[in-house]
Amino acid sequence: MSSSRHQQLPPQEQLSALETLRLACFANPLDGLISLALISAVLAAAWQLLRWALLQAQWGVIAANSTLLALGRYPEPQRWRLWLLLWLLSTVAGLSWGLLRRQSWPRNDLLATAVLTGLTLWAPAAVAQPLAVQAHWWGLTAWLLLLRSSAGAMAARVPPPVLQCWALLWPVVYVSGMGLIAGGLGLVRVPSPLWGGLLLTLIEACFAMLLCLPLGLALALGRSSGLPLLRMGAVAYIEFIRGAPLITLLFLGQNILGFLLPGGLSPDRIWRAAWVLTVFASAYVAEALRAGLAAIPRGQVEAARSLGLNTAQTLSHVVLPQAIKVALPALVGQFISLLQDTTLLSLIGLMELLGTARTVLANPEFLGRNAEVYVVLALLFWCCCAALGLGSRALEVRLNRQRSVAVR
Amino acid sequence: MPRKQACLLPLLVSALAISSCSRGDGPSSGRLAMVRSRDQLLCGVNGKLPGFSFVDRTGTYRGLDVEICHAIAAAVLGDGSKVEFRELNPAERFTALASGEVDLLSRNTSYSLSREAKGGNNVAFAPVVFYDGQGMLVPRGSGINSLSDLNGQSICVLSGTTSELNLANRLRERSIRYTPLKYQTADQTFTAYLQGRCAAVTSDRSGLAAKRSSFPVPEAHVLLTDQMSKEPLAPASVKADTAWADALRWIIYALMQAEELGITQANIDTRVAEARADPNQADLRRFLGIDGDFGQQLGLAPDFVVRAIKASGNYGELFERNVGSASPIGLERGLNKPWNQGGLLYAPPFR
Repeated sequence: MSSSRHQQLPPQEQLSALETLRLACFANPLDGLISLALISAVLAAAWQLLRWALLQAQWGVIAANSTLLALGRYPEPQRWRLWLLLWLLSTVAGLSWGLLRRQSWPRNDLLATAVLTGLTLWAPAAVAQPLAVQAHWWGLTAWLLLLRSSAGAMAARVPPPVLQCWALLWPVVYVSGMGLIAGGLGLVRVPSPLWGGLLLTLIEACFAMLLCLPLGLALALGRSSGLPLLRMGAVAYIEFIRGAPLITLLFLGQNILGFLLPGGLSPDRIWRAAWVLTVFASAYVAEALRAGLAAIPRGQVEAARSLGLNTAQTLSHVVLPQAIKVALPALVGQFISLLQDTTLLSLIGLMELLGTARTVLANPEFLGRNAEVYVVLALLFWCCCAALGLGSRALEVRLNRQRSVAVR
Repeated sequence: MPRKQACLLPLLVSALAISSCSRGDGPSSGRLAMVRSRDQLLCGVNGKLPGFSFVDRTGTYRGLDVEICHAIAAAVLGDGSKVEFRELNPAERFTALASGEVDLLSRNTSYSLSREAKGGNNVAFAPVVFYDGQGMLVPRGSGINSLSDLNGQSICVLSGTTSELNLANRLRERSIRYTPLKYQTADQTFTAYLQGRCAAVTSDRSGLAAKRSSFPVPEAHVLLTDQMSKEPLAPASVKADTAWADALRWIIYALMQAEELGITQANIDTRVAEARADPNQADLRRFLGIDGDFGQQLGLAPDFVVRAIKASGNYGELFERNVGSASPIGLERGLNKPWNQGGLLYAPPFR
């Protein structure tokens, strides 16, 4: 945080690092005992894990199936399209990151940069990818970081309307990305059963994340609306969805739609699942947003009205910007659990990350390698969720910049 | 009112469409025509069963169930690679079949009364392609050679499965006392067995053999010959389309008959040439489609047998390659031998 803010805070006693540690862990004999027991337990577990990872685990299963886990059965001759998509994503992500942070490099950014660089240098080599592929990854990361710093330097000169509409770029990226993945318009079609692995997980999660926000907003507004029919409809929807487990809804989506619509008409299994995820998440997003709406004092609306703003203007200029700010942490929590909920799709026979992992484990060549595969899966999910978390933290800080309360 | 009718209309239309889809009439079956016009076979598989269906490192489906699909695609469409696999879980497999989302199930489904009966799942079963059953895995040299040797021992079993139920029933019938050690996951069950907490572990034989191949020393464990349940695994299709079910049945019989006649993927071309040159081989000529109209009677090409064998080989080859001694699973043929070698595979005559 900036130094000017530090000066406003009450003066603090300066403690050395060692002293802080002593106070935190060994303030009295009982504390010390508990700390010692916990620390030794953690160390013992870490030692066992390390020994397993270095000596017992057979990581060959990951190297042999890395492409399968990443892309599923996506055909080899068409994979250049996914590289193109990665360049597009790295461009937009780099620009967004730079515009968000400008010229500052807070600790989280340095951490993210370090993790990203480390992963790029280590992961492709660890799964024994050819040097050309490794170099491709280095290029992607270098391009991302280059754009981040140059966009950060240029951010001050970018006109504000561009910044305001920047978020709308992501749906455009998604649609063009889907075009690249699925084909059509001159590109060879790659049918959806061939998509899989991390690719499918991200396709499903991003689809649901992008669509559940507007849907959830409509529901939240409906629920707090004065029109009884609208309100009751929204309440019924939200309560029905929240009252049913996601897996039940997924089964309903897969089985009932197939019966109601003859063979060719019902949407693809993958899109059926994506819609169910969206429908499910939107109910929770609606509740998160309603909490945000409820946090706006009534006076704000009255003030906006007395200035002559109509309902739409009141919402878009006064209520929503504040409500979204309040709801942001809950929304991000929802997105993270949505990403993890995609693993349920493996139960309805889709080849997303977990489904692909389970079919890899059924290969007689790799029987019994469960621990290795699941550890890698956990790490992959952690990386995705950490990226979401870091991104949202950055957004929160930016949205709160004009507020007087310091968020540390 | 008119608005209400407008809402009902699409429902009615789709209901009609479903009923017309599932009505098969004669050899020109609806499903067969649909598969032909699509030029692709939609095959429902498990996708996560070692030796039966899984995706290998290059992203291709492999396994016994998978190769059955390839053979059918070859017989129907002339190209064994024209298959799209749908992974189905146990709960949705029959729904997917009934709603027409897949053309057939080749998905380790046990043939049983309630699955075939009209009041049950109402599906038509093709011939059994794998006779499985609950077995018992014991350490080699433990002195346990049959179920009765397990008296007073403890047995590891996955809790809440039919295996647990069968174990209790079979051993109670023979008044064998034992201590069941029940575990929540397969991993826990087999870890406990490997740590020596029980004298034996029970599950389906194919599953036990697959698990055994992942043990540190697979040769140190042996499957007892006793079988505690019947699990005849067979492909299935909708019952309404009898012509399609007939075609499937006889394509699978052809794979078994080929083994009986010693026709393999490698020698099929020479056998066809021989049969063509020798008019005295009447049975073989009819089987391979040189004479007669077997293919036509089923609504298939005259040489459908040749195509199927070229794609997947005969049943014996298929078994050995995927689950037999040539594979890491290492199962013995056992009941899955042809009838004239002491097994249960018996293809009715091709005449």
